[in-house]
Amino acid sequence: MIQLEQVTKTYPKASRPSLDNVSVSIDKGEFVFFIGPSGSGKSTIVKMLLHEVTPSKGRVVVNGKDVTSMRSWKRPHFRRSIGCVFQDFRLLPNRTAYENVAFALEVIGKTKAVARRVVPEVLELVGLGGKEHRYPHELSGGEQQRVAVARAFVNRPLILLADEPTGNLDPDTSIEIMRLLDRINRTGTTVVMVTHDSNIVNQMRRRVIEIESGRIVRDQARGVYG
Amino acid sequence: MRMKYVLTEVLVGLWRNVTMTVAMIITMAVSLTMLGASGLIYTKVADMKQLYFENIQVSIFLKTDVTEEQRVALNSQLEADPLVSDVTYVNKDEAFQRFQEMFRDSPDLLSAVKADQLPESYRIKLENPQEYKTISAQYAAVDGVDQVVDQSQVLDKIFNLFTAGQNIALAAAVAMAIAALLLVANTIQVAAYSKRREVAVMKLVGASNWFIQAPFVLEAVVAGLIGSFLGLGALVALKVFLFDGALSALQGLFAPVSWGEVLLTFPVMAGVGALISAVTAWVTLRFYLRV
Repeated sequence: MIQLEQVTKTYPKASRPSLDNVSVSIDKGEFVFFIGPSGSGKSTIVKMLLHEVTPSKGRVVVNGKDVTSMRSWKRPHFRRSIGCVFQDFRLLPNRTAYENVAFALEVIGKTKAVARRVVPEVLELVGLGGKEHRYPHELSGGEQQRVAVARAFVNRPLILLADEPTGNLDPDTSIEIMRLLDRINRTGTTVVMVTHDSNIVNQMRRRVIEIESGRIVRDQARGVYG
Repeated sequence: MRMKYVLTEVLVGLWRNVTMTVAMIITMAVSLTMLGASGLIYTKVADMKQLYFENIQVSIFLKTDVTEEQRVALNSQLEADPLVSDVTYVNKDEAFQRFQEMFRDSPDLLSAVKADQLPESYRIKLENPQEYKTISAQYAAVDGVDQVVDQSQVLDKIFNLFTAGQNIALAAAVAMAIAALLLVANTIQVAAYSKRREVAVMKLVGASNWFIQAPFVLEAVVAGLIGSFLGLGALVALKVFLFDGALSALQGLFAPVSWGEVLLTFPVMAGVGALISAVTAWVTLRFYLRV
C-alpha cells in the first residue's frame, strides 16, 4: 500500500537531510504510528505521501502509484484516494458540519444527490448524528475533529493520514477520536498517524515506527511509545 | 451543480471586493476604448488615403513669361510620360474662373486679383500617386516651369496628424492596460486570500486545478467583458456626439465612421479584455496558489 525505498529528502539550504535513507513498507489495512521528536522528519513523510514534497533520492509508492515521478497535474486525482486529518481540523467556519463534509464531495464533482445520501451516513458513523447543522464554533474540539474525520473518510479513501489529530484535544476526547480511527481502520482503510501522544500509542498497541534525526530507529509490530 | 457553484462563486467574488471590481472595470473600459478608437482611426486613415489619392493631382505651374515653344515641349513630354495617366491644361482664363468660383464668398479677394495674374498650369493625374517625388524632381527644372505642387504632400501632413493621434490613443491604451493588469492581479490575490481556507480544503481533497482556478479566472474575465461593453458604449457616444454631432460640418473632409465599424470593434475589445484578464488571473494564481 505504501512503500518508501531508501528515501532521502534534503530541503534547500538545510545542513542535514530531513529524511536519511528511510525504507518503510506498510500493508493494506495496517494501523501505523509514526513517532519522534519535533523536526525528526515525520511531517516530511506525510507531505511525501501527499505528493507535497518529492524525495531527493529514493522512491515513494502510494496505492501502487509512483509518487516520485508523478506530474503535478495528476496530484488532484491521486489525492482523492487519501483522506487527511490535521491537528487544527481545517474546517470551513462559515459552513455547517454537513456542508463541510458535502463540500469535499462536491468539489471533486459529486452531485448534491450523492452528498445527501452519503454525508448523513458518515456523520452518523463518526457519532455526530443530530449535529449536522451546527457550525464549527458551535461544536467542541472533539466534535470538530470528528467532522474533519468524516470529511476525510466520506470519499472512502484507501489511506487515512492523520497528522497529530489529537494534538489539540484533552486526553478523554483523544481516546474517543482514536476509537473512531480504529473503527475506520477496521473497514479496511490503512491508517497512518503521526503523533507525540505517548498515552495513545501505549493504549492502542499498534505498529510503531520511531524516527529520530531523519532515520528510523525503531519499527515494532505491537509497540509502545518507549 | 458544478457550473452553478462556479457561477455563484464568480458573482460573490465580484461583489465581495466591489470597489476593486469597479476600479478594474473602469481601467479596463478606458483601455479598451482607447484601443477601439485607435483601431477606428487606423481604418479611417486607410480609407481616407484611398479616397484622396484616387483624386489627387499634381499641379505644374508655369512661369508668367513662359514661351509657346516651352509650353508645347512640356506638353508633349507630359503626354509621353508613362507615370502620367491624364493631363489637363488650364489657361489663364480658366484659372481665373476656378479662382472666382473658389473664393466667391470673398469679394475683396476677387476684386484684388486680375485675370492675367494667375499662372497657366498643367493638372496631371499620376498612374501611381506615391510617385509624385519623381514627377516633381523631373519637371521642376524644365524650362518655363515655375513650381510643381503636389496635393499629396499637403495631405500627408494631415494624415501624419491622424497617425499621431492614433499612436497617442494606442500608447494610452497600453498604459491603461498595464494599470488594468495590475488591478486584476491584485484583485485576484485578494480574492484568493479571502478564499484561502476553501482553496486549502479543495487542494487537500483533490479538487481539480481548473475547478479551483475557474471562479477566479472567470471573475477577471467577467470584469473584462463588462469593461469592453462600457468601451463599446464610449465609442458609440463618440460617434453620436463627436463625428455625427460636432464634427458633422467637416463631413466632406473625413471619411464617415459607420455603425458597422463601431460595432466591429466590440469583438476585438471583448476578446482583448477577456484574454488579458484571464491570462493575468491565471498567472497570478500560479504564483499565489501554486495550483
